[in-house]
Amino acid sequence: MSEHRLPERDRPWMMRTYAGHSTAKASNELYRRNLEKGQTGLSVAFDLPTQTGYDADDELARGEVGKVGVPVAHRGDMAALMDGIPLGDMNTSMTINATAAWLLALYIVAAEDQDVDQAHLQGTTQNDIIKEFLARGTYAFPPAPSMRLIADMIAYTVEHVPRWNPINICSYHLQEAGATPVQEIAYAMSNAIAVLDATRERLTEQLGDADRAQALMGQVFGRISFFVNAGVRFVEEHAKLRAMGILWEELGRERYGVEDPRHLRFRYGVQVNSLGLTEAQPENNVQRIVLEALAVTIGRDARARAIQLPAWNEALGLPRPWDQQWSLRIQQVLAYETDILDYPDIFEGSHVMDGLVEELLEGARAEMAVVAEHGGAVQAVPYMKAALVDSNRERIARIEAGEQTVVGQNRFTETEPSPLTADAEGGILVVDPAVEAEQIEALRRWRTERDQAAVDASLAELARAAADPAENLMEPTIAAARAGATTGEWAATLREVFGSYRAPTGVGEAAAAPTGGEGAAARELAELRERVAELAERLGRRPKILVGKPGLDGHSNGAEQIAVRARDAGMDVVYEGIRLTPSQIAASALQEGVHVIGLSILSGSHRELIPAVMQALRDAGVDAPVVVGGIIPDQDAQPLKDAGVAAVYTPKDFEITRIVSDIVELVGERHALAASA
Amino acid sequence: MGGGAGGGGRAPASGRQPIADGAQLGRRLAARDLTVAPAVLNLLESTAPGDRAQAAALLREVSPAALAGEGGGLAGEAPGHVVGVTGPPGAGKSTLLSALLRGWRERGATVAMLAVDPSSRRSGGSLLGDRARIEFDPADRGVFIRSTAAGERLGGIARGTRAAAQALAAAFDVVVIETVGVGQAETEVGDIADTVVVVVQPGSGDVLQFLKSGIMEIPDLLVVTKADLGQVALSARRDLTAAARSLGTRSTRVLAVSSLSPPTGIEDLLDALAEHRAQLSAEGGAKLAARRLRARRAGALLDFAVEHGERGLRAVGGRRAAERWLASLDPALDEAALAAALERRMSRDGTDGP
Repeated sequence: MSEHRLPERDRPWMMRTYAGHSTAKASNELYRRNLEKGQTGLSVAFDLPTQTGYDADDELARGEVGKVGVPVAHRGDMAALMDGIPLGDMNTSMTINATAAWLLALYIVAAEDQDVDQAHLQGTTQNDIIKEFLARGTYAFPPAPSMRLIADMIAYTVEHVPRWNPINICSYHLQEAGATPVQEIAYAMSNAIAVLDATRERLTEQLGDADRAQALMGQVFGRISFFVNAGVRFVEEHAKLRAMGILWEELGRERYGVEDPRHLRFRYGVQVNSLGLTEAQPENNVQRIVLEALAVTIGRDARARAIQLPAWNEALGLPRPWDQQWSLRIQQVLAYETDILDYPDIFEGSHVMDGLVEELLEGARAEMAVVAEHGGAVQAVPYMKAALVDSNRERIARIEAGEQTVVGQNRFTETEPSPLTADAEGGILVVDPAVEAEQIEALRRWRTERDQAAVDASLAELARAAADPAENLMEPTIAAARAGATTGEWAATLREVFGSYRAPTGVGEAAAAPTGGEGAAARELAELRERVAELAERLGRRPKILVGKPGLDGHSNGAEQIAVRARDAGMDVVYEGIRLTPSQIAASALQEGVHVIGLSILSGSHRELIPAVMQALRDAGVDAPVVVGGIIPDQDAQPLKDAGVAAVYTPKDFEITRIVSDIVELVGERHALAASA
Repeated sequence: MGGGAGGGGRAPASGRQPIADGAQLGRRLAARDLTVAPAVLNLLESTAPGDRAQAAALLREVSPAALAGEGGGLAGEAPGHVVGVTGPPGAGKSTLLSALLRGWRERGATVAMLAVDPSSRRSGGSLLGDRARIEFDPADRGVFIRSTAAGERLGGIARGTRAAAQALAAAFDVVVIETVGVGQAETEVGDIADTVVVVVQPGSGDVLQFLKSGIMEIPDLLVVTKADLGQVALSARRDLTAAARSLGTRSTRVLAVSSLSPPTGIEDLLDALAEHRAQLSAEGGAKLAARRLRARRAGALLDFAVEHGERGLRAVGGRRAAERWLASLDPALDEAALAAALERRMSRDGTDGP
């Protein structure tokens, strides 16, 4: 037997597609089709109301129902979603965090309906709340009770659902928020430490015995998996995964006394990078996705356990089933046509790879020490958030300046018209707006048909348990799921006890752009500052902008970058973070006396939410101009302008200084008009 | 500006009325019309010469001279309670203010909050994020929140903010000025507020040090947050009480609060604030009037100094002489009128009389 071949070809990783939209029934049909196409696991995308703990009829849910995922409000929805899929055999990954305990409870109840014992369930709940505070925004409760819910779930599943991965520590979203590889490693590991420490404490309380808790830690450690990202610099990205494996094993041995090699293995699933996907010449995204997939499959020692790939058109809107099929076929070509599964680790002994890994390890250890000095990941959220905003600012500045090439966007931009986006809808999925009303109607029917007394009693018990820090919340959560409570009711009960929370925005601490400097970018900004100063004199006040994110969408990178650049240009910027209702935005715009309003939406709910904000502004008597940025398909731009929006920006407008410059000009024009009236 | 000749109909104003009628805004404030608050702030923050004149007219309408005629007592001083809240970053001020806001609204008081952002104006711009962390009901017309950038001086309070606090006190029951930091910011807020609250979190020794060294004036109320931390919070409270005593003050109260659910100590703090205000208002409001008068004179001199610099101060005989001269003027004059009087005195080159 030769050493450069495996005696037996490796089995492929688990292949999934992140999917779900409209209704449980429609999503169930999609899942079954995907499984027929050779997909080997499920990856459930929930809509934002489900992710943040609101029912479809909540004011905050408006425009978001069934958009970026499937709405699951109660056990009936979960049963419909999994209809005909044998849960004892399926491996289901759920992208769910703040409400993870609730969705796992619904899944357990759906399994009971199929006569499957929870001990046989396999899958993953994402359940990583720290990265929600840092990057993704679908948190529901303050940090401390959120960490308690996670620890409760881990303690429960280790005992009762032993094949479940209760948490996926996500470095994925950190990279999406602009993290460098070093930051991605360091913050993910620090996050894992916070979770493991909390769990050890929970187990000690629950078992009343530190030694017994310690004995379980190997098992707990072995059930923690990661959800990582891979960018197009795929050699370095592969090194990053090797470095994470080394750090993970170190952490297990040294901090948690884990010895069993099976428990020490670094296990991860992947969704490759969406941040680098472009709206310009979107077909180029296919090769980006292929190369990124290579980063997580090429070296056997750091190969992904499960992979889901984004679709080529994610920067344009929601992918259609055909777009997702294309991404699944990329995985299948890699696994079944190429020879990557034939060999042992191909980087073993590589000086380049070892050197890269060493570099990353050194950087990550230093950054982990900084987080530890802040008191650990939970305490360090504001620090990490500001660091991510800064990294992203630098990344964007490099692209703007042309120092980092993005083919089709800032270089090689000449193009033929794309036949891929030539259809009426622009090559994306458009969710039927009637879905929201249907879901609300179905939800109201559910509420009238269930045993209300049983629901009330189960929620009262949940509230009681929540108020007692010694209790594990999983049992009462499962009981409420069985009784027929809804997602919004479960979350509202806990919000009542835990209080609500707004995460730090990170922008206040973001470093200012250098005021001097050579180069076109610096000159452009300096020139803009001059214009802002002149405008300030004419207005009597600094031009003031409100940057707002209506709806439940937590992807705040775009809004943050506009806010920071407008500040750097000399504007007064009111940035209120994510999850605002139209009336909140209108009230702030009025009270703050802003000259212009910038709104950012990436969840596809702009068609409902933007007109709602415009109406709220008119009702409040605010006539400042409004600009909108986000993933806005071309065909939606005109209707938004008809609704009164002054300008629409999409991912292909990557030059932020130019956008801010447009905004300044808009304020100037309106002022000149007003002054001459 | 603003009224120039132009063709066509009236174009939409871009979040700012081109011609604001300061006197009318002031009269509406005096009549407790809360809806004018945004327009009042837009005007008071403006540095445009036309706006400055209108701002002066606005302040005249809410000056003690004007309000005394309304028969509100308190020697014509605006009836609202001006509360300054300051403390180091991370002390939990925003969470505390959210809880206070809820408490005041439950007691039926209308509230205006002026959140002063400390971000230094490196590029001239600023990021105003405080609003994000104060919970409010957008449908509640009894609440007004405005974030303002710090003044051009390092960490100081902008002229517009000081004027706004004085003006809004005519209409709102409570006016809060929130600043970040201890030392300088605390001193400035102390000049404006009727009641000064310094917020401290357990384990931060700064405030204790500042108190002992005299960098910080002794506030009216010291609040220790995060009382849910238990022993640490208790000992912080004990240390602060001891420090206040050793500095010879018996009036400074030290309270412990927790804004985490379930909140504790918030009602006590609301009571303590109301009591302090009642003390100031006793006997016809003599103490309150004295504080406010001092604030107006200090503010006018500060404005004058920022505007005209050392040369201006010399022209009125130096800072001390200017202070003495201001003290000789009618106590019912508003801050803008006092600053204008100084300017007239300057241009008369030191001759006497306003």
